[in-house]
Amino acid sequence: MKDRYLRNVVTLRFDAARCDGCGLCLEVCPRQVFAREGKAIAIVDRDACMECGACARNCHRGAVTVRAGVGCAYAILMSRLRRRGTCCGETCGCSLEEDPTA
Amino acid sequence: MTGEKGLPPPTCCAGRQRCCPASGRRQVPHWQTGQLATPAGMVPRVATRLQTRDKLGAWRVRWGLGRMDYRVPPGLYAVGDPDGNAPVLVSANYKLSFDRLRRELAGLSLWLLVLDTGGINVWCAAGKGTFGTGELVRRLEAVQLDRVISHRTIILPQLAAPGVAAHEVKRRSGFRVLYGPVRAGDIPAFLKDGAKAAPAMRLVRFGLLDRLALVPVELVAMARPAGVLFLALLVLNLAGGGPPVALLGRALSGFIPFLGAMLAGTVLVPALLPYLPGRAFAGKGWLSGLLWTAVYAFLIAPGSGWMATASYFLILPAIAAFLALNFTGSSTYTSLSGVVREMGIALPAIVVSAGLGAVGLIVSRLL
Repeated sequence: MKDRYLRNVVTLRFDAARCDGCGLCLEVCPRQVFAREGKAIAIVDRDACMECGACARNCHRGAVTVRAGVGCAYAILMSRLRRRGTCCGETCGCSLEEDPTA
Repeated sequence: MTGEKGLPPPTCCAGRQRCCPASGRRQVPHWQTGQLATPAGMVPRVATRLQTRDKLGAWRVRWGLGRMDYRVPPGLYAVGDPDGNAPVLVSANYKLSFDRLRRELAGLSLWLLVLDTGGINVWCAAGKGTFGTGELVRRLEAVQLDRVISHRTIILPQLAAPGVAAHEVKRRSGFRVLYGPVRAGDIPAFLKDGAKAAPAMRLVRFGLLDRLALVPVELVAMARPAGVLFLALLVLNLAGGGPPVALLGRALSGFIPFLGAMLAGTVLVPALLPYLPGRAFAGKGWLSGLLWTAVYAFLIAPGSGWMATASYFLILPAIAAFLALNFTGSSTYTSLSGVVREMGIALPAIVVSAGLGAVGLIVSRLL
């Protein structure tokens, strides 16, 4: 079962005109947001996107854009309070143990 | 570390860390088993079996004890007896990640390139950019990987992709980046299959065990505010007078509803995450807090008076909602935009509700 977060909120954009169909976005996306439809690539599950930015970073044609970041309330709160508190820092609730590579 | 000719002083010793002795040579780490001669110098070989102290160390970081010092020196390592054609895996220098990787590599012969990610795991380091194109290209040069191997392909964990641009690496270093599976446990199957990842290897999971593994750290993080609250309740109960035992008893019984709300937010929410209705984390937390409040108000302590009861309904679900909101950072599927939207609605509601509840609770004590 795919975990579901809020609807219609992510900033992911895909410009099919720029895409050359290399398919690297399919490989790096950990949420199966993209799929190949014939030769072309398409976004098939935008709401599953967690804005990690892997697709945009690895698109050599610049066809994918997203405001990448970490969905961590604590980090957002700390940066709003102008405190040094990036995610995964010493004091952050986003734990270092959050390592899905395990 | 003779395999790292041309490297600047080990960055693991830089900054605020004190992981190396001030003088003298670095000790050979316990996970190293000999060295391997290569055209670029000696390369340490790592053991693929974890020792008790590795497991103990993993347990310590899970509970948030000394986690920032848990790192391995960056550089090139050997697993088994790799030659110039052996695959190259790239990883972070957080020791927990390093241990999980090497324990999956028993019986394999390959190279392991450990980047300096500041002792942070692949996923978080890629998000911050420390597991990035720049560090990778620099490290490839520093260890002279082109002299050690005859091919030009390196395998990165898929979750490093937010920080690394494969085409940039190719342009700047000549090495082709292949993204391997998300989980270290899938690496043997991935290599056996000619460096091809099955679709299931490409997905992050967030199962019950993954979620529960995060609970200890959440609990440790809460110990301090919980302690402060308990002390505050002790002080508030001083006014009642009586023997110390009675005082302690009153503070404890006043603490129980809050303790329950905290556990609702940090244990119940992670455990039941996919089953709690709604999508917003704060909403899931609020509901579990509401459930606890109902149990407390109607089953555990009925007859607290209408004002105290109403105050508990305002304050306790708000606490659980806040703690659940914090769990967004530990989950593997929330987006920045989603959390920002959720916070915009939930935070003001939490503050108002908890504030009203606190005032009500104090007034109900005074009446």
